[in-house]
Amino acid sequence: MTPPAGQLVVEKLILHFGGLTALSGVNLEARPGEILAVIGPNGAGKTSLLNCISGLYHPNSGTITFGQKDITKMPAPTRARLGIARTFQNIELFRHMTVLENLMLGRHIHLKTGVLAGGLYWRWAQSEEVQHRRVVEEIIDFLEIERIRKKTVGTLAYGLQKRVELGRALALEPKLLLLDEPMAGMNTEEKEDMARFILDINEERGVTVILIEHDMGVVMDISDRVAVLDFGRKIAEGKPEEVKENPEVIKAYLGGKDLQLTVV
Amino acid sequence: MPAGLKLRNPFAMECGVYKTTYEQDMALHPTPLSRLRLAAMLAVFVLFPLMADPYYVSVANLIAIAAIGAIGLNLLTGFTGQISIGHGAFIGVGAYTSGYLTSQLGVPFWVALPLAGIAAAVVGALFGLPSLRLKGLYLAMATLAAQVIIEFTMYHWTAVTGGSRGLLLTSPSLGGFVFNSEIRYYYLFLALTAAAFIFAQNLTRTRVGRAFMAIRDRDLAAEVTGIELFHYKIMAFAVSSFYAGVAGTLWGHYLTVISPEHFTISTSVEYLAMIIIGGLGNVTGSIFGAAFMTLIPILLRGLSKAMTGVFPNIETVINALREFTFGATIIIFLIFEPEGLAKMWKNIKDYFRLWPFSY
Ligand SMILES: Nc1ncnc2c1ncn2[C@@H]1O[C@H](COP(=O)(O)OP(=O)(O)OP(=O)(O)O)[C@@H](O)[C@H]1O
Ligand SMILES: [Mg+2]
Repeated sequence: MTPPAGQLVVEKLILHFGGLTALSGVNLEARPGEILAVIGPNGAGKTSLLNCISGLYHPNSGTITFGQKDITKMPAPTRARLGIARTFQNIELFRHMTVLENLMLGRHIHLKTGVLAGGLYWRWAQSEEVQHRRVVEEIIDFLEIERIRKKTVGTLAYGLQKRVELGRALALEPKLLLLDEPMAGMNTEEKEDMARFILDINEERGVTVILIEHDMGVVMDISDRVAVLDFGRKIAEGKPEEVKENPEVIKAYLGGKDLQLTVV
Repeated sequence: MPAGLKLRNPFAMECGVYKTTYEQDMALHPTPLSRLRLAAMLAVFVLFPLMADPYYVSVANLIAIAAIGAIGLNLLTGFTGQISIGHGAFIGVGAYTSGYLTSQLGVPFWVALPLAGIAAAVVGALFGLPSLRLKGLYLAMATLAAQVIIEFTMYHWTAVTGGSRGLLLTSPSLGGFVFNSEIRYYYLFLALTAAAFIFAQNLTRTRVGRAFMAIRDRDLAAEVTGIELFHYKIMAFAVSSFYAGVAGTLWGHYLTVISPEHFTISTSVEYLAMIIIGGLGNVTGSIFGAAFMTLIPILLRGLSKAMTGVFPNIETVINALREFTFGATIIIFLIFEPEGLAKMWKNIKDYFRLWPFSY
């Protein structure tokens, strides 16, 4: 039996930075088509885990399997081609480019035009641009960012930048979408919009989502399952309501003086 | 207001221009105004040498050569964010390759031109290899090493380069038509500069050019969108050096003599100045920068000639001022208009775009 496309399995992942252990033997599975939230106090290793999955960090040991492929040693661009896209905790947009250009870059792996064809702008280079522009415009409609499509992203408000970054990840047509705190720093309304987008992406496009988020309300609302990291270890995993009651989780959060969980 | 009356003001130059297809939206010259401006500029460029003194035509020729080199460097430094202090030498590689091919092997200019571009591209890509590991200042040092090594080769590989005495080159010819006057060179250079310009404009609005800019802006994000950094950095070095090689070839066949002192580090720095003054990451700006850097010394020389009657020693002062002016201009631009002359040009265009309602 072949595992379905969006499945990600992380096994015994260990990552050191000098003397510091960011991940010490993390096991994690994202089932195809689910929204898996990864939570944990600051410095727990959430971003490091995402960086290992997208190929920006290389773990000291352990394996990462996506679909049927062992991707542990693959460079980041190759993983993108397999259908792994992500956003960043601190927005990493191409600041000097427009929203359109950023989204077109999101489609990079689907385009073919090389130096010569691009420079000469032969008919088919143009038709490729038009064809992918259509896809990008659909994403722009979906994210309701029509009015800013020609704006340079560096000039946009923070919440909009987060949205554009989601759009860029979406343009890749990912099977697995990694979101690192997509709602951080947003107001309630913006958070609701973002949550709606994530749910739509998951439901309509069948994209598997791994979501790092500090806002427990959002996590409880939209995720199918939750995994909890603390000091580089996974201390709990399960349905949102189960995890919420888990004493170890409560201890980790209270110990970290991070009281967000009690707000729920 | 009666139905059917459009809100378009007949006096405003560009209001209510609607685009109905993506092709129109992506066109380089989408509006009647921008097409008109393009046609007017083309007319000026074509008619210019027929009206101007040959001296001014020769100045335009130098600008055209510099523009090709500057566009190339801008693709690498302005668009891809990879600095090169070796471009003077890459230009030299083109000049010497073509010089050797045409003078020693009898290869026609038209064949030697692309071959010289390719030779420079290969050398540029080779010296671009360190860009995999090095960034910013460290990459600058690595390309500086390229400059030194290539200069050394120009002096010492005498069998090919003629050493410090250099090489003699011939004027290009097509059938019986020899490019042996300023005006003939002018039209050749105009065509090639236009081609170089259009190619760069197109490249920077399609897949590869966008990948270049992505690497410049955020290399981590570029990687996770599927852009192989190494691949594209080397490609940027190659394309950029191809332009340099073409510029070098034209320079050689225009001056008909080349020697290593034409391709020194100060040439590299001048080209960097062109793209900084013209506007980093702006193809049109490269041309402005090339014009600026070519005209400044000429203006200064004119100034010193005009004033020698009054101040006999002014020549030396102004010569010293030359370097000073370059340096000062770069610093002024970096501080006050980091986007260069291209930004000023855009401001002017924007002002007139909605003229007379430009508020
Ligand atoms: N590139 C790096 N070099 C050195 N240490 C790092 C690096 N990246 C992360 N770390 C360390 O690894 C640990 C885990 O960091 P990580 O960013 O993964 O935490 P996080 O769970 O995402 O926290 P936050 O909620 O604050 O985003 C921290 O102690 C951090 O300082
Ligand atoms: Mg983090």
